[in-house]
Formats: sequence, C-alpha cells, structure tokens
Amino acid sequence: MMHIITDSLAFILPLLIMAIGGIFSEKSGVTNLALEGLQGFGAFAGAVAAALCTAHLAPGSAAPFYIALLAAVIGGAVFSLLHALLCIRFRADQVVSGVVINLFSLALTTCLAKSFNRIFSHTAQNRISLDIAPQLPGGFYTFELIIIALAGLCWFILYRTRFGLRLRACGDNPNAVDAAGLSVERIRYTAVIISGGLSGLAGICFAYSVTGCFSSAVYMGYGYLSIAALIFGNWTILPTLKACLLFGLAKYLGYELVKHLNMPSSYSDLVMILPYAVTLILLIFYSGSTRAPRALGEAFDKGKR
Amino acid sequence: MNKKQAISVSLIAIAASLLAGAILLLILGKDPIAAYTHLLQGSGLLPKAAYAAHRGMFTDFMKFLTAMAPMLLAALAFAVALRGGMFNISIAGQMLAAGFTASLFIGYSSLPALIARPLAVTLGLITGGAIGAFIGWLKHRFNVNEVVSSIMVNYSLMYGISFAINALCLDPVSRQSVRVGEAARLTLRNIPLGDYITDISLGILLALAAAALVHIYMTRSIAGFSARIAGLSPTAARYAGIDLCRHYTGTMAFSGALAGLAGVCYYMGYYASIQMKVMPSMGFDAIAVSLLGCNNPLGIIGASFLITILNKGSIYMSAMSGVDMEIASLIIGTMLIFSACTAYMGQKLYGKNKGKETAK
Repeated sequence: MMHIITDSLAFILPLLIMAIGGIFSEKSGVTNLALEGLQGFGAFAGAVAAALCTAHLAPGSAAPFYIALLAAVIGGAVFSLLHALLCIRFRADQVVSGVVINLFSLALTTCLAKSFNRIFSHTAQNRISLDIAPQLPGGFYTFELIIIALAGLCWFILYRTRFGLRLRACGDNPNAVDAAGLSVERIRYTAVIISGGLSGLAGICFAYSVTGCFSSAVYMGYGYLSIAALIFGNWTILPTLKACLLFGLAKYLGYELVKHLNMPSSYSDLVMILPYAVTLILLIFYSGSTRAPRALGEAFDKGKR
Repeated sequence: MNKKQAISVSLIAIAASLLAGAILLLILGKDPIAAYTHLLQGSGLLPKAAYAAHRGMFTDFMKFLTAMAPMLLAALAFAVALRGGMFNISIAGQMLAAGFTASLFIGYSSLPALIARPLAVTLGLITGGAIGAFIGWLKHRFNVNEVVSSIMVNYSLMYGISFAINALCLDPVSRQSVRVGEAARLTLRNIPLGDYITDISLGILLALAAAALVHIYMTRSIAGFSARIAGLSPTAARYAGIDLCRHYTGTMAFSGALAGLAGVCYYMGYYASIQMKVMPSMGFDAIAVSLLGCNNPLGIIGASFLITILNKGSIYMSAMSGVDMEIASLIIGTMLIFSACTAYMGQKLYGKNKGKETAK
C-alpha cells in the first residue's frame, strides 16, 4: 500500500507544481497551453546540465541532481519568454501560440539532444540518460519536499502578497491595474516566466521519476493534464491539489489492479487511458460551474474599454 | 488586411523560417543549398543523380502525392473548425481512430476493390465525424474547453487503439498492425505507366475534391456562413437565430470527418499499417499548414505542398547530406511560430488596416 503512495506522489507533485505555474499565468490573463512544451524544454535543460557535470564530479554525488533542477527551472523560464513574447508583445492568438510552442519544443529538444550526444558521447541517439534521483528513507524523493515547499510559497505569493493581488487583478480587470499606474505587460511577463520555471521543474522531475532519462517520451501530455487539473480547481491552488491527487490515484490504482488480477502486461495500455478518461469525465461535470479569469486569452489593449 | 497582404505575410513567414533553417544548417556545418536541393529531389521536384530501373522523377512525384493527400485533408479539417471558432487539436486522434476502424473492418476483409475502397472511405468519414461531433457536443452541452477535451480524447484513443492492435491484429515481426490488403488501399501500387512502374494515389483526388467542397462550404453555403458568424461571435449568432448546438456539433463533425478521411489516406494509402503508441505528427503539422494557408482552401493546397516537401524530402536529405531529419520538423516549427504572429506582422507592415480579421 505504501509504495502506491510514494509512487503516485512522484507523479502528483510535479503535476501540481506545473498546474500552479499554469494558475499564475492564467490568473494574469495569459492562456498557457504551452506548459507541455515548457516542461519538456525544462527536462532537456536539466538533463544536459546533469550530464555535463556528472563527468566532473565524484560518482554517487547528489550535486548533479540539484544542478539539474536549477537548470531546468532556468531553462523553462527562458523558453517561456517565447510564449510571453508571442502573446504579449506580438499579440498572437494565445491558444495557437501555446500549441505551436509545444510542437516547436518537441522538435527543438529532439534535435538538440541528438547534437548534444554527437558532440559529447559520440552516439546518434536522442535520449540523455539520468542517474537515479536522491531518495529519503521511506522511498520519498527529495524533489517532493522541494516541490511542497515551493507550492506553499506560491500559495503565499498568490494570495497573501501585493504582487499576487495585482497578478490576479491583471486577469480579471487589467484596466484597473493600468489605472493604478502599473504595467499590465510587466506583470504578465513575470507571471508567464514563473509558470515556465515551475513547468521546467516539473519536467525534470518527470524525467527523473517516470522515464529515467530525457527523450521525446517526456512529452506524455502531462502538461495538458495539469491544465485540466487547474480548470477543475477553478484556477485556485488548493482545489487543484485535489484534482492532481485524483489523477495520480486513478493512474496508480489502475496499475495495481492490473498487477493484482494477473492480467497480461498489454492491459497496462488500457490503464494508461485512466487519467485521461477520468479527466474528460470530470471536465464534463465541472466545466459548467467553473469561471475562468475574465480577461483570459486577450492581449491587453490600453485604448480598449 | 486584404487578401494580397495576407498572402505576402504568409510568404514572409515561409521565407523567414527557411532562412532560419539555412542559418541552422550553416551552424551545423552543412551546406544549406545542397540540403534544400536534396529536399526537392526527395520530393520528386528535381531530378536525382541516378534512378533504379523503371523509377524516375515522375515516380518520386507520385509517391510525394500519396504523402500530400492526408496532409491536405488534415489541414482542411483544421481550417473548417477554425473558421467556426474552434480548435480541432484532436485531428491526430481522429486520423488514428478512422485509420484503425477502416483497417480492421475493411482492410482485413476480402471484399473486392470496388466495394472495399468506398466502404473504407465511408467508415473513416463516420469514425472521424463521430469523434469530432462528440467534442463539439461536449463544448456546447457542458462548456468543456475543446482543446483540453481533444487532448484527452487523443491520448485515450492512442492507448486504446494500441491495446486493440495488440489484442486483435498485431504483426509479431514488425510490432505494428498487420498490413491491410491491397484491394482496400487508396494507393494503387506498381502500375506500369509508359516506361515507369509507379504508385497512383487515389487519396489526392479525394483531397482535391474535399478542398473544392470546403471552398464551396466556406464561401457559398448557408451552413458555412452561419458557422463563421458563430465563430466570430456566439452571442450575435444566438440573436440571429443560429442554432449553436447544431453549429458546434456540426462544424466539429465536418472537421472530424475530413480528419477521418485523412486518416484513411494516411494509414491505408501512404502507409498500410499502424504503429503502436504513436500519434501521426501530421495531425499537428496540419495546424501549421492551415495557418500558413490563411485558412483558405487554395492557400492550404499550396501550404500542404510546401510542408510535404519538408516532411517527405527530409528522408532523402538526411540520407544524402547526413542532416538529421528533425531539422525539417524544426523548420516547420519555426514556420509555425512566424505564422502565429501573422496578424501582428500584417499590422506592422500595413499600418492602419487592422490585422485581426484574417486571424479567424
């Protein structure tokens, strides 16, 4: 029973932190379907950093892991600038921009991973392998603690600080923020960059816990799952946590079921459907009662009232 | 922004991304002109240095057409939905599902070609259309964001179908589904034509017919007109007495049916079997093609021609000049990014005219 909890937490917590990133971006008024691509790029940046410094450090050291986390956050944040620029500066359709960035990220990281391998390990594969993430006694990963701390911090920033209030105002009534003498654009840039950093972190955690390497397999649609989670959560952090818990348990209880009933392993494909199917069913029940931020998806136009 | 300006903005987007690709190739130490020439040669648009017996530029071009057919159809599917104000991101899933059902029920049967081919097409249309209608209905009835529900449907279909392939029709050698019979395939194989032995794509005929149909639908039909109004403003549409339920479900069903047809052309024409746990990337490239083609059927024919050169030619390019095939998808990605900000570029280039109208 215990290992279901530890296994599923390694899936739930990255999903949560990515959803929180999404909440920051969407609460500021920028639709962020790019989470999937951002987490992939973060995973790539982290894996490259880890691979580069593993060679120079004593074997078994945990340092590459923490460097990877940091690199993933920075990588995700830098890559999210693209989404911010397209949506805020170039006023592209935010849904189009999000989807486009996901496709671009997949192509870019696969290409870069191949070039990276060609230079550093003289192979032509497109995966960068990672060591096992450091664990605490009881089978918990250390990154889970980091994520819990960060999630708490994010909650505090969003609901208890002046910046958080302004950020939420940007998504509901950007004109009021503008009238108060603040730059809507700057707040939105910050929000998108925060979401990029958090998604990058989630990406490298998935790469460590789910796939064990960076490859195109990190684009598993978890970014979209986290968007679904924040929609059930009605764009607030605590209910989003509940949604993430539900997805995680659906996924891992399904695996347990296959194991216990001694079904052939091909049935695991059916289990893989579970989180997506549960999401779809929940969307049907909850979408009617949720309310998106009023200015979501619209580029801010000072002259428009 | 008028038509001419929209076209020139698209052309700028294309030129800019090709230039970006060339710079990237230079950085990688490859000759961009040679690489681009190989792309065209691989697509049968420029003669290669040598050919096998009974092969030539003509046969390469016929192969190119079999690849272009599903691309064109998928892009039309995206354009139809976008014109109605919706994003059909589940084109990949619809292609997969349609290809699978058509393979399973028709591809493995021993029906004669004259019956099998129309049946496969019909089944593909129905499967794709049903999935599209489901997504549209969810949006109308339960206010479910169609992008998120599309993605969930995509992944569910992908895993569901790979389970079904595993259980029903797995080829143990290739680890793909069993190849469909030639009688049901939308590509006529190895037809002697003059000096050549060539493949003939029936799909491209269907695709061009579909493009004409979409053109008529968009510009000459009541359904297309009301879909456009509902896309631009659902509130205005409701006041004008347009049935929104019919709009959401119908538009997505039409879009899904086109995607389904694309799936049949892809899995029973271009290929003959289905890979497990892989979604056709064409379903996503369709977004680029549709945006580049300004959501206009004629523009989409041109854009799908271009993207197919990049996709199809990249195999030959990577074989000849040692360039990774992913470069091609990177160039497509760059094109996507440029085409996402066409509205802004139009505004910058042509000042006063608001660029917004062409976005939808």
